[in-house]
Amino acid sequence: MNTTKKTREPLFHLVKRTDVKPWLPWVVRGVTIVVAFLFIGILTFASLEISPFEVYARIFKGAFGDSYRVMTLLRDVAILLLFALAVTPAFKMKFWNIGAEGQVLMGAFACMFCIFYLGGKVNDTLLIFISLAAALLVGSVWAVIPALFKAKWNTNETLFTLMMNYVAIQIILYAIKIWAPGGTGTLSPSPYGNLPTIAGENFWFSIIVAIVMTAVMFIYLRFTKHGYEINVVGESENTARYIGINVKKVIIRTLIFSGLICGLTGFMLVAGIDHTVSSTTAEGRGFTAILVSWLAKFNPAGMIFTSLLVVFLSRGMDEVMTMNGISNNFFSKVVIGIMFLMIIGCEFFINYKIVFRHRAKSEVVPPAPVEGAEKTCGEDTSDGEIPQATTAKEE
Amino acid sequence: MPFVSFLSGAIRLSATFLYGSTGEIVIEKSGHLNLGIPGVMSVGAAVGCLTVYKMLKAKIYSSLLLVLLPFLTTIVAGGFMGLLYSFMTVTLRANQNVTGLALTTLGVGLAGHLVNGIKAGGDIGIIAKASQFYANLFSVKSNNWFVQIFLSHGILVYLAIIIAIVTQVILNRTRIGLHLRAVGESPATADAAGINVTGYKYVATIVGSAIAGLGGLFTIMDYMGGNWEYVLEGFGWLSIALVIFTLWRPALAIPGSIIFGGLYIAAGFIKGITFAQIELIKMLPYVMTIVVLIFTSIVGSKKAQPPASLGLNYFREER
Repeated sequence: MNTTKKTREPLFHLVKRTDVKPWLPWVVRGVTIVVAFLFIGILTFASLEISPFEVYARIFKGAFGDSYRVMTLLRDVAILLLFALAVTPAFKMKFWNIGAEGQVLMGAFACMFCIFYLGGKVNDTLLIFISLAAALLVGSVWAVIPALFKAKWNTNETLFTLMMNYVAIQIILYAIKIWAPGGTGTLSPSPYGNLPTIAGENFWFSIIVAIVMTAVMFIYLRFTKHGYEINVVGESENTARYIGINVKKVIIRTLIFSGLICGLTGFMLVAGIDHTVSSTTAEGRGFTAILVSWLAKFNPAGMIFTSLLVVFLSRGMDEVMTMNGISNNFFSKVVIGIMFLMIIGCEFFINYKIVFRHRAKSEVVPPAPVEGAEKTCGEDTSDGEIPQATTAKEE
Repeated sequence: MPFVSFLSGAIRLSATFLYGSTGEIVIEKSGHLNLGIPGVMSVGAAVGCLTVYKMLKAKIYSSLLLVLLPFLTTIVAGGFMGLLYSFMTVTLRANQNVTGLALTTLGVGLAGHLVNGIKAGGDIGIIAKASQFYANLFSVKSNNWFVQIFLSHGILVYLAIIIAIVTQVILNRTRIGLHLRAVGESPATADAAGINVTGYKYVATIVGSAIAGLGGLFTIMDYMGGNWEYVLEGFGWLSIALVIFTLWRPALAIPGSIIFGGLYIAAGFIKGITFAQIELIKMLPYVMTIVVLIFTSIVGSKKAQPPASLGLNYFREER
């Protein structure tokens, strides 16, 4: 009796899906996002006592309320998209560059450096090009340092790039103390070296640059030899070596490219929007961008939607909080964190299916796998609620 | 004596990094790189503060309870964050890096939100009661340098050192530690040997996160004296850096964290430097970590490597 009990099949076991239907991932993600929005509404209601419908209305108003809000939203999407594009090629190669924050900051720093020391001394148009060149150079240098060590000695890039963020922050703090001595520790916006505005607004340049870079990145990854090599190295380094790809070269080249985009992003932030630099210029978007890129499965076109989702949520929640007299973005961070965790978690239901004991037996019948796929898909919503249930307890 | 107060300060601050890195070492030994530590520490601290706040509101002034209850709730909160992380990465097999980063976003936001609630309630004596946390454990009053440096701290500082030593012993001298290391090095082998891989991963993550959460509580209630400042995210990343710095050994983390603490506060003890130069000195912990990282990778000694399966999720049916 006892022995039969021990050898009995477990209640359910997991099977990796081999034939993922093309529609399945999108159904799962769509359902997850809807569930996450429902949960966010409930959470906001529970902690702020605003009715969920009111919350959705305010989120929508905060993001799309008037033309100014829409343009600001699009600008923020564009900047976040640039961050995400910058991390993408490295991530596709499984090079965990979590240093986009620092690389962008160094680009911004280099740009401000040129503006500070050359502003008013050279022609303003020339200054823009000089600061762009400096931002690109410094951004790519900052990115290639960990890559060189990774290529040569296999130094752990995750932690290396993480540390480089803080070195960058300290360099900027140091520079600001020198540039703005004895003051408030903030550098006032510079009148020099600013990108021209279109119709008096600073939105357009970032949006145009982001659109162009998205197209460039899409083509680069999809249709060029470089993109192909990145793909192979990411899938299997041994395969890459076997078919004669110089893995070290690919790592270094890709990170230079990554760093160039980071430098460009830093340049856009300083010359296009802020006209100054601070240690919080990047606002943690270097980290958010990783999630944005990953959620879009490293597809530049998909990143437009994921970055829109993040900016929409954060601007919308900021509106909810402002209306409640709270002037910080902590709650929107909570909301974004929950959204991220739920979307990350839902990937499980795309990659694996749960086969229950009695159902496993019926799998002998040919049409069973299809049925099983549908069944597990149907369960997604109920199982997808587990992470949110746990976070709910935390509240 | 500036040197004595410098060392004393370094040892005091070291507890933050020691909790954080000991917790992260336990987690990493199970093969999981938890980048959510800054979030875990923030939530631990916020829940601890919230407990103090609620107790003061309920007019509970017993000094023992005012330390003990926040201590326990912090452990629970940290453990809970660990549970969330391990559910995501062990059961749902989600990518560890993105899960950790999302957990940091969530944790920092949640902590800030909770603390805003406390701040909105006005000061009801949290700062005054924080002295219970940093009250001299041995209650010796002496100007002797030894006493000043080593015996003048609150209970949480000594607890951090005890936890680090106990962790070191468990990891290297017990069967549990052997199994945990096996899980982190090669989960498939451990699984074949009959070790409950999932169980070890869960317990290690939860225990490690609970320890890291205590680092948050210590930072706010002891080091900051009850003032909430948004330093925990940076301290959390430094704790993760310390794990590499100490080559995954909790015992080495004790001197390592004192060095980090010293470097962090060093700027305040050097005479005649400008405010700008202070920022450069604050760069040192990060630069040193990078140097150690590079050095260990160049030497490539087998004993100084991360657990072999660090960052990889385990699925039994995968080949």
